[in-house]
Amino acid sequence: MPDGAQAVLDVRGLQTVFKVRGGEVHAVNDVSFDLKAGELLGVVGESGSGKSVTMMSLLGLLPSPPADIRQGRVTFEGKDLLQVDPATLRDVRGGRIGFVFQDPMTSLNPVFTVGYQIMEPLRSHMNLSKSAARDRAQELLELVGIPSARARLDDYPHQFSGGMRQRVMIAIALACDPKVLIADEPTTALDVTIQAQIIELMKDLRDKLGMAVIWITHDLGVIAGIADRVMVMYGGQVVEQAPVKELFGNPKHPYTQALLTTIPKLSEERARRLTVIEGQPPILGEAPSACSFRDRCPRAIPICARRNPPRFEFGDRHDAACFVAAEVSDAG
Amino acid sequence: MLTYIIRRLLISIPALLLIAFVIFMLLELAPGDPMASMPLTIPAEVKQQMREALGLGEPWWVRFPLWLKQFFIVEPAYWIDSAFGTDLAGGQQRIISFQSRSPVFDTIAERMPQTLWVVGMSYVVGVAIALPVGIISAYRQYSVFDQAGTFVSMIGFSVPPFFSGVLLIVIFSVSLGWLPSIYDTTHSVTDWDSFVFQLRQMVMPVMVLALQTTAQISRYMRAAMLDNLGQDYVRTARAKGMSERIVVLKHVLRNSMIPVITVIALGIPSIFGGAIITEQIFKVNGLGQLLIIALQGNDIPMVMTLTFLFAVLIVMFNLIADVLYGVFDPRIRYD
Ligand SMILES: Nc1ncnc2c1ncn2[C@@H]1O[C@H](COP(=O)(O)OP(=O)(O)O)[C@@H](O)[C@H]1O
Ligand SMILES: [Mg+2]
Repeated sequence: MPDGAQAVLDVRGLQTVFKVRGGEVHAVNDVSFDLKAGELLGVVGESGSGKSVTMMSLLGLLPSPPADIRQGRVTFEGKDLLQVDPATLRDVRGGRIGFVFQDPMTSLNPVFTVGYQIMEPLRSHMNLSKSAARDRAQELLELVGIPSARARLDDYPHQFSGGMRQRVMIAIALACDPKVLIADEPTTALDVTIQAQIIELMKDLRDKLGMAVIWITHDLGVIAGIADRVMVMYGGQVVEQAPVKELFGNPKHPYTQALLTTIPKLSEERARRLTVIEGQPPILGEAPSACSFRDRCPRAIPICARRNPPRFEFGDRHDAACFVAAEVSDAG
Repeated sequence: MLTYIIRRLLISIPALLLIAFVIFMLLELAPGDPMASMPLTIPAEVKQQMREALGLGEPWWVRFPLWLKQFFIVEPAYWIDSAFGTDLAGGQQRIISFQSRSPVFDTIAERMPQTLWVVGMSYVVGVAIALPVGIISAYRQYSVFDQAGTFVSMIGFSVPPFFSGVLLIVIFSVSLGWLPSIYDTTHSVTDWDSFVFQLRQMVMPVMVLALQTTAQISRYMRAAMLDNLGQDYVRTARAKGMSERIVVLKHVLRNSMIPVITVIALGIPSIFGGAIITEQIFKVNGLGQLLIIALQGNDIPMVMTLTFLFAVLIVMFNLIADVLYGVFDPRIRYD
């Protein structure tokens, strides 16, 4: 992987809050990360750890209200996506950054043909004529491995299986040759065999097209096979990030360590989900003032309850937000 | 699709026959005598003769098939004759009103335009207002606009036309004197001034009926839009970089219209029911008023025919609603 390559996407200090009845939910707290050109960044964490909200905040895809992006800077192609005007943001969405969502059964519009839905971004971002857009749509369906692509352009989403619909979603996301592809649990809703096919497809496509990918999942097993670098999220914060080998070989944060023990060995079929860690992920009513993992942490020390740990460096591109791992004395 | 429509039409035939029979028997069993309004001085045997002249002497199993034959064969034959100059009817007896002694369908044809103008226009106006109101209310949920829309809809739902109609008359005709309180059906539109007069006399009855339509349809529209605005495919459309206009007015609206269109189609017959009262209030001599007068005069052929036509409308628009559903929702297949 191109180490030290230029960052295509740079997120600093992102904070997203939902206004709900009787208070607030602090879903994303001071999240910072970057994405290098051509890199595949895996994002893992339990359900509710703020992965989706983080990614949707980048492109302003959260309905507001209730969502409110309090702080942060999202630099992409020299612009701050949190500040740009709506028209520029629309050009980035679907044009420069593609998005694939979790549930292919509901993510396509049921009343428009698949061809129409693929052609829509082509026509609006690339100003293609109808017939050129149609040719390109066919090409895209072939690219994502849908047989008899030309004929299937006129089919409606309900005429496709779940796996095929996710391929269509990927085709839509790739339509305008994006620089970045964000895939939010693209295989979670699919059967295991279909999952493997989609993962293969995504690997292929990345090698072929060379875009940078953010791959969200709660399945560390998937990440191990495809990611260059991994970012672990918990309670709306980044608790650890490292190159993939480093993370699996030398995890620093107790949460990451716990996650790694939940990966099923090939011989066992149990423990597929991360929820096997005792306890519940927190829902934060205010910005965290202490380590949000401390209640579930086997190694918590008193300082964990007093201060929210910053991200400590552990060598090249490896950091973790943990006092224990950083051996910070309990006096502070 | 075509076979589906044909099958549905075939199924509706026995249903309509049953409806016709039920209406007929209800009228047959109901107390009331078309002779009741005749002067008491007429001798009993003369009354009996008159009754027989009306065909009332026969038992129901003779009169019901006769009515069916007249409705389904003789009347269409007369209509074809007058349209194409043929002679299919051959002078057979048409359905005759007890009161006016003229063919029921001639009277209906006379009254139809008034009702269509007022009722039809009010439905068009009501739907035309309801759709944008519903869309905006949903898109700006809980905004001042939405709250106002909810309030007006509540009024439309809960205030009956005989109240809102009279209220309008009191305000705009009696107090302000802006609009005529009585609908002049003899008025014909020939130039600009008479057109304005026609508009002025239509405003109040149309508004009273439109308020009801708007109240209902705008609620349906709002609910359908809200349902769809939260769907995943809306997020997909935004993530593709579509403008809000395309997202809302194309992706969301197209899905939301599916249930709303069926509601609109199903509501068309019921608006004729609403016209009964509104026409009374504004003295519009349309079909609603015709039905009331026929009921009061025990004019059984007229009541029977009007009620049955109403039933036909309901069955027909049910079919239309189902067909529209299939046209607008690609997931529905009728085969
Ligand atoms: N519309 C919303 N209103 C309130 N809270 C929300 C909303 N959407 C997400 N959240 C909260 O944000 C947190 C993070 O959610 P999410 O990013 O979807 O988690 P995941 O990591 O599973 O993708 C959760 O605690 C969730 O309850
Ligand atoms: Mg998620």
